[in-house]
Amino acid sequence: MRTIRVVIAKPGLDGHDRGAKVIARALRDAGMEVIYTGLRQTPEMIVAAALQEDADVIGLSILSGAHMHICPRVMALLKEKGLEHVTVVVGGIIPDVDQDKLRAMGITGIFLPGTPMQSIVDFINQHVVPRAEVV
Amino acid sequence: MKSAAADVRTETAKARWEREVLAPVLQKTPERSEAFTTISGRPIDRLYTRDDVGELDEARDTPPPGEFPYTRGIHPTGYRGKLWTMRQFAGFGTPEETNERYKQLLEAGGTGLSVAFDLPTLMGRDPDHPLSLGEVGKCGVSVMSLADMERLFEGITLADITTSMTINSPAPMIFAMYLVVAEQQGADWKTLSGTIQNDILKEFIAQKEYIFPPRPSMRLITDIFQFCTKDVPKWNTISVSGYHIREAGATALQELAFTLRDGIEYVQWGIDAGLDVDDFVPRMSFFFNAHSDFFEEIAKYRAARKIWARVMRERFGAKSERSLKLRFHTQTAGVSLTAQQPYNNVVRTALQALSGVLGGTNSLHTNSLDEALALPTAEAATLALRTQQVIACESGVTNVVDPLGGSFFVERLTLDMEEGAYKYFDAIDRMGGMVAAVEAGFPQREIAESSYRYQQAVEKKEKVVVGVNGFVDTDEAPISILYIDDQASDLQLARLAQLRQTRDNARVAAALDTLKDVARGTGNTMYPLLECVRAYATVGEMCDALREVWGEYEEVPSI
Repeated sequence: MRTIRVVIAKPGLDGHDRGAKVIARALRDAGMEVIYTGLRQTPEMIVAAALQEDADVIGLSILSGAHMHICPRVMALLKEKGLEHVTVVVGGIIPDVDQDKLRAMGITGIFLPGTPMQSIVDFINQHVVPRAEVV
Repeated sequence: MKSAAADVRTETAKARWEREVLAPVLQKTPERSEAFTTISGRPIDRLYTRDDVGELDEARDTPPPGEFPYTRGIHPTGYRGKLWTMRQFAGFGTPEETNERYKQLLEAGGTGLSVAFDLPTLMGRDPDHPLSLGEVGKCGVSVMSLADMERLFEGITLADITTSMTINSPAPMIFAMYLVVAEQQGADWKTLSGTIQNDILKEFIAQKEYIFPPRPSMRLITDIFQFCTKDVPKWNTISVSGYHIREAGATALQELAFTLRDGIEYVQWGIDAGLDVDDFVPRMSFFFNAHSDFFEEIAKYRAARKIWARVMRERFGAKSERSLKLRFHTQTAGVSLTAQQPYNNVVRTALQALSGVLGGTNSLHTNSLDEALALPTAEAATLALRTQQVIACESGVTNVVDPLGGSFFVERLTLDMEEGAYKYFDAIDRMGGMVAAVEAGFPQREIAESSYRYQQAVEKKEKVVVGVNGFVDTDEAPISILYIDDQASDLQLARLAQLRQTRDNARVAAALDTLKDVARGTGNTMYPLLECVRAYATVGEMCDALREVWGEYEEVPSI
């Protein structure tokens, strides 16, 4: 089995990247391979990065309220590219009313401000089965 | 071995106490922890006495308020003369919705307005740009053109209020719109007062809402310094901000040092642009965070005043008292708010606000309890304002100037803050100044390190956050929050399409061409921008014109 590969992305116009960077480091310290995309990524750029990096997980950091536009687009593009095996998690400011809608889209990991890093690490370890190394 | 008698003669009172009183107690009952630290990780001793502030010279370091270097305050009467300005940051959805919230805040006793713009506006993008998807009107109010600025201040007389606008990269465009609305209302620019944030360095360092590369961005700022010195002399041309640096994870000392060093950089660039220090520095203001570690914050504000006064006099030869006096706005720490048990945030905010007041803030914003979940509801925003009013009217802390002056602990912390800040100044000076340090990623790395260290301390429960890693409720009832739907976005998109059809597009094109010509040369960009605004050019169009000339800044992502 190979190491879990995670793309951490910061979609939209927001530049508040403290959370994205802290979680990226925490996942790396937990033994995962982490690719941080940097700021101002469109859903197209994020899915392209996931494809190129052969990611198991995409982590989206969204604090701006744009999640109900960005998340469906990312999920649709993953489907389009045949990347349904990629687990998508979202961290940020996500109102209760939107959480069920995101879960219905297949985004099961939703992490609000104050979430311990360890619970995100645990979630990923439990929900992602790393695929065997392609030979 | 020295005799015990000799030790007693030379030891300090504190050492004697430690030996005679403390040691036996520690032996019987150890303390709760081996080390105690501030939220910034600074070690704290159990007791501070006169022996800890031996080098403090009252005449030099802490003279009475109103006297250089203003450690104890810039006003001799503190809040006995005038209370701080209660300025609540607000903005969401359409200009009309925000206008209504402003009228309500003024009605509730708010004494100044503070505009929060949405991300497309902050990033100089029109609502129909692909990156604006889902962002229009979400984090603040959408202001695309002069028409929106007219709607935002409808029925509010700009000559009678002071307005703070949190806008950085597109500050000149938004400021020009404000000035044109004031002009339409018949106000005299010479008497108009308010603040634009206009602090691009902290964007590169922390909040990352930059558009153009650092050097042309600095030019836009010195253009505003020059323009205001002549045309809008009472306007605060910049609010040099530590707030966002702190929110990004800096320690209190890093917030202080990077912010003041940013201030120094702006002063240097202003002087290099041909301005006299006493002509523009009096209109520079500052903006600090009020975080949770009470005494550390108070020391930070006191040190800030002292350092600024000395640096302006010694480094830049400022003579006007107004150049030496650091004035600052404070906002409680958004990053300290928790989604868990949100009512606890009221208490956090009250304590943070109190530290700002005890530190002598000139204006204050208190966060609302629901801001880890959404933008605040009207009720939550009112409670946040009431928190300030309770401190101002009921606590008694406003009766006396700098009540903590002379506290051994606070004075020690203040001296340490000062010393630490000068060390950072030296390091940044050696790099060639703050623009060069930013280009090298120095403050960015320092902050990322501190932020990660703090998070680890929380993970290990070395720092307890109530409701998060201690005193957790497993069964919490949700609170009702403000939900911003897409109506504002739809309306703004329709308005944009209509604007492009109804305005004089030849005039817009000519104004944008003039703007580009001036940007390529060395003229002041404010004048062509005012013409663009009068022609109803959009924020996106004006920023695109400058993107064409200067290009866009892109950060190298690193973790």
